[in-house]
Amino acid sequence: MSALGGGGGALRNASTALAISSTESFAGTPSCHTKRVRRPPGSFYWLHAVTPAPPLDTTTLKQLVFVSDYAESMIPPEIGPQKSSSQSPRSPSGAPFLSISVTDPVKLGNGVQAYISYRVITKTNLPEFQGPEKIVIRRYSDFVWLHDKLADKYKGIFIPPLPEKSAVEKFRFSAEFIEMRRQALDIFVNRIASHPELKQSEDLKTFLEEDEEAMERIRSFETGIFKKPADLLQMFKDVQTKVTDVVLGKEKPVEETDPEYEKLKHYIFGLEDHLTETQKQAVRLVKRHRELGQSLSEFGKAIKLLGACEGDSLGKVFAELGSKSELLSIKLQKEAHNLLMNFEEPLKDYVRCVQSIKDSFSHRANAFRLHCELTETTKLKEINLEKLNLMRSDKTREAEIEYRELKAESEEATRRFETIIKRMNEEIVRFQEQKTAEMGLAFHLFAKGQAKLANDIADAWRNVLTKIEAYSLSSGHD
Amino acid sequence: MMGPEIASGFDSPPEREEMESLALSDASASAYRSAMSSIPASISASSDGDPLLAPPPTLHFPISSSASGHGGNPATSTASSFLDPPSYADVVFSPFNSHNGHGGCGSGADNGSLLRSDSSPRSARAAKSDYIKISVSNPHKEQETANSLVPGGGTYFTYLITTRMRSGFASNGDGESEPVEFGVRRRFRDVVTLSDRLAEAYRGFFIPPRPDKSVVESQVLQKNEFVEQRRSALEKYLWRLAEHPVIGKSDEFRVFLQAKGKLPLPTTTDVASRMLDGAVRLPKQLFGEGAAAQVVPQEVVQPAKGGRDLLRIFKELKQAVTNEWGGVKPLLVEEDKEFLEKKEKMQDLEQQLSSASQQAEVLVNGQQSIGETMGEIGLAFIKLTKFETEEAVYSSQRIRAADTKNVATAAVKASRLYRELNAQTVKHLDTLHEHLGLMLAVNSAFSERTSALLTVQTLMSDLTTLNTRVDKLEAASSKIFGGDRSRLHKIEELRETIRVTEDAKGCAIREYERIKENNRNELNRLDQERKDDFLSMLKGFVINQVAYSEKLANVWATVAEDTSTYVRGNS
Repeated sequence: MSALGGGGGALRNASTALAISSTESFAGTPSCHTKRVRRPPGSFYWLHAVTPAPPLDTTTLKQLVFVSDYAESMIPPEIGPQKSSSQSPRSPSGAPFLSISVTDPVKLGNGVQAYISYRVITKTNLPEFQGPEKIVIRRYSDFVWLHDKLADKYKGIFIPPLPEKSAVEKFRFSAEFIEMRRQALDIFVNRIASHPELKQSEDLKTFLEEDEEAMERIRSFETGIFKKPADLLQMFKDVQTKVTDVVLGKEKPVEETDPEYEKLKHYIFGLEDHLTETQKQAVRLVKRHRELGQSLSEFGKAIKLLGACEGDSLGKVFAELGSKSELLSIKLQKEAHNLLMNFEEPLKDYVRCVQSIKDSFSHRANAFRLHCELTETTKLKEINLEKLNLMRSDKTREAEIEYRELKAESEEATRRFETIIKRMNEEIVRFQEQKTAEMGLAFHLFAKGQAKLANDIADAWRNVLTKIEAYSLSSGHD
Repeated sequence: MMGPEIASGFDSPPEREEMESLALSDASASAYRSAMSSIPASISASSDGDPLLAPPPTLHFPISSSASGHGGNPATSTASSFLDPPSYADVVFSPFNSHNGHGGCGSGADNGSLLRSDSSPRSARAAKSDYIKISVSNPHKEQETANSLVPGGGTYFTYLITTRMRSGFASNGDGESEPVEFGVRRRFRDVVTLSDRLAEAYRGFFIPPRPDKSVVESQVLQKNEFVEQRRSALEKYLWRLAEHPVIGKSDEFRVFLQAKGKLPLPTTTDVASRMLDGAVRLPKQLFGEGAAAQVVPQEVVQPAKGGRDLLRIFKELKQAVTNEWGGVKPLLVEEDKEFLEKKEKMQDLEQQLSSASQQAEVLVNGQQSIGETMGEIGLAFIKLTKFETEEAVYSSQRIRAADTKNVATAAVKASRLYRELNAQTVKHLDTLHEHLGLMLAVNSAFSERTSALLTVQTLMSDLTTLNTRVDKLEAASSKIFGGDRSRLHKIEELRETIRVTEDAKGCAIREYERIKENNRNELNRLDQERKDDFLSMLKGFVINQVAYSEKLANVWATVAEDTSTYVRGNS
């Protein structure tokens, strides 16, 4: 990570924090009570221009420097350079790019209806998009909408996971939680934007370009009575299948028995277990850093007081030790934050990705079942048709039409199932490569942070050591 | 599984570089290997087969052999000796034991004699004492010969106490050039006797406090755990006594360490019989019959306690109440300004020491758990590596597995370093606990002073009363010509009492002055010792922090370097 990029991140994040705290004071405004706040285009400018800014304490600012390391590096290389080097959309190379950033979380509404909205900034030179730059305001549920649309349309593709829906109420609006979610959402859209198939999705374009009201209209239309007709149909079919199963005495649902697929499933389930365990430990490591920081600071205070009892120059050595302890306590807190953002969060994201693979397993299972059933039914119909043909029945014509329709449907189902298999086979390669790169980076940032912390500690104590040695010389000790 | 390291770790105090290689390649590699190899076991046995947390089988090792190095190698007081050889022995330690303020709060693997051989002022102090080695070992269960009143309480433990003295200091010193070694068996009760005797004979000195009787622990703890705790506490205690410039040379201490067979020191009569004695004598004293009412001069040098002399207790109590409530200025008051200031300072110090040692404990716990969690992360990554390697289909998976293994190794190493560091931290910050324990001794020395003063005050007010009575009687008898024989006789008697009391007062004042002097000397000594101890504590703490942090930084820097290709724009 270049120093320049890091610095830019700090600035951006500082303004983020400012924006959050400045709008806290608006929480009480009664106009925010409507279920979904009407935001006239450009309203965020008004929100964001609120002054005066409350003073930011320097540690938060410094802590936030770490934030973007992981997030910025998550953006795939093909769109990365434009983002970090120059903000100009007119890239000199002219290579197609699509770069999205999720910024400026702002708290809107209050009480149970309070939520966070984000600015989603799109920069691109792709002709399908309206222009080089577009800024829209989106909230978490909009991201969920995009996710669900893609999951529905692109079965078999491992849809990039979203950060968890709910956090404990107490932490929902903590700066740390908001920042973590913002980072995760940023990664989410950029993963979509860099996915060869997903980036062509109309829903992504809608999400990135429609103004807030249009977005709302689209969403409310879909969440109305005619909500996901495909799902209803699927539900109906599921029930039908179950009935058929019972009637035909097929208790067990049909499952794929491909050994390679079995192996993949076994791998993914095992991986989830291991990752969950590791992530749990990472959470604990963050906690331990905080606790050690806390106790070091307390220790420093106690040592200072003890030194005061000794008075003379030995007291000064104690005081030195005490203040260094307190200083290191801050470093530990910082490293805890670094760990949280750059090590624990990637691990959590890893778990989420694995879970999204599991989602595609169930899509695949459904598709497989449908494919099997339709093939089966088609066969029965075919036999039936042959019988009718032999009998030269009047119903032959009808039966033939029915058979043709069914056959087409069956072929469609088979095609869909095969698409899912093909996609998954491609996706698993992508997944493995992506995770190798991402975990490599997370490992790097983890190791770098730990090394820096250890170096800081060593430096601080070395400093005290020279003071101690000076003291023992001056006081005639050896 | 860690046997060889224990043996190799203690050969000599190695240099820094040597240590580095020892810690980073040899030992930790094998730890990692053992962690790796035991994965299947720990998977099958769920969580309790954690190879990182399993202690080496031996908890404490032959004390005599490890401690003997100290005598032959007086040059251990260089700065490098702060860095003890990294060994698994250091890794195993028991965290601070808060129940036991002064005893048993060190590292389990550090027996007292080792503890003394590494920090410079302390070993310098130890060098001044006559003892090269004191070790408590070989606890042995014995059967109580006399019938015990408590049923089932008929057994006790004896410990082998081995001491080696500097040549020429032994009591039988017949000019041998070889250091003399003694070995005696003592039970805890003997230690109690020793400490009681010392408390009586050395009033006003800061006598290191004896380990608690810890009745509760003896019931709660596992037998061998309890015995081990007591063993190490006793060893520490004896070392502290030995290092004391006066106590260490005392006859009582020598007899305790050297006299073969049963402890010859007379046990002070136990409280119950003292009470009986006192009760028998009480009526006589109250009725002022005979010489019983007089205070025997030799006894005033002892504090009135334990019911030996109930009348004296009553009198001194009355005096104390008078001092407190009566508003009457006693004839002799504590007016040593310097002392009073010092006393206040010591109280303040005690408070700060107590909070500092508490915080030190929290810090040590924090350091330990970060090390443990780091180890658990390492373990989780090792398992993940194994899993990925087994399941790998694509080359990217294999690359990731290799990276994960790298991080896992580093985390396990870091975990070990944290634990070694923590063992060192415990060892050095233990000074805080130890001095907090010494504050007990200071307080009891101060209260000796107070009670000696009270004795003097009581005797002085006694004298005043007696003199008044004599004056009255004389006045009364002078009115009768030729004198009243019975009154004259009474006057004679009173005069005799006054004479004895004057003697007693003289004794008591001398005793008080002696205690004052002892207090003063001891305060100066303690101040100096505390400065030395604190300095060495700070030095030891900081040096270890620096050294281990450097090592940690190296471990992580290597991983950061290896993974730097993943940073965009850096590849």
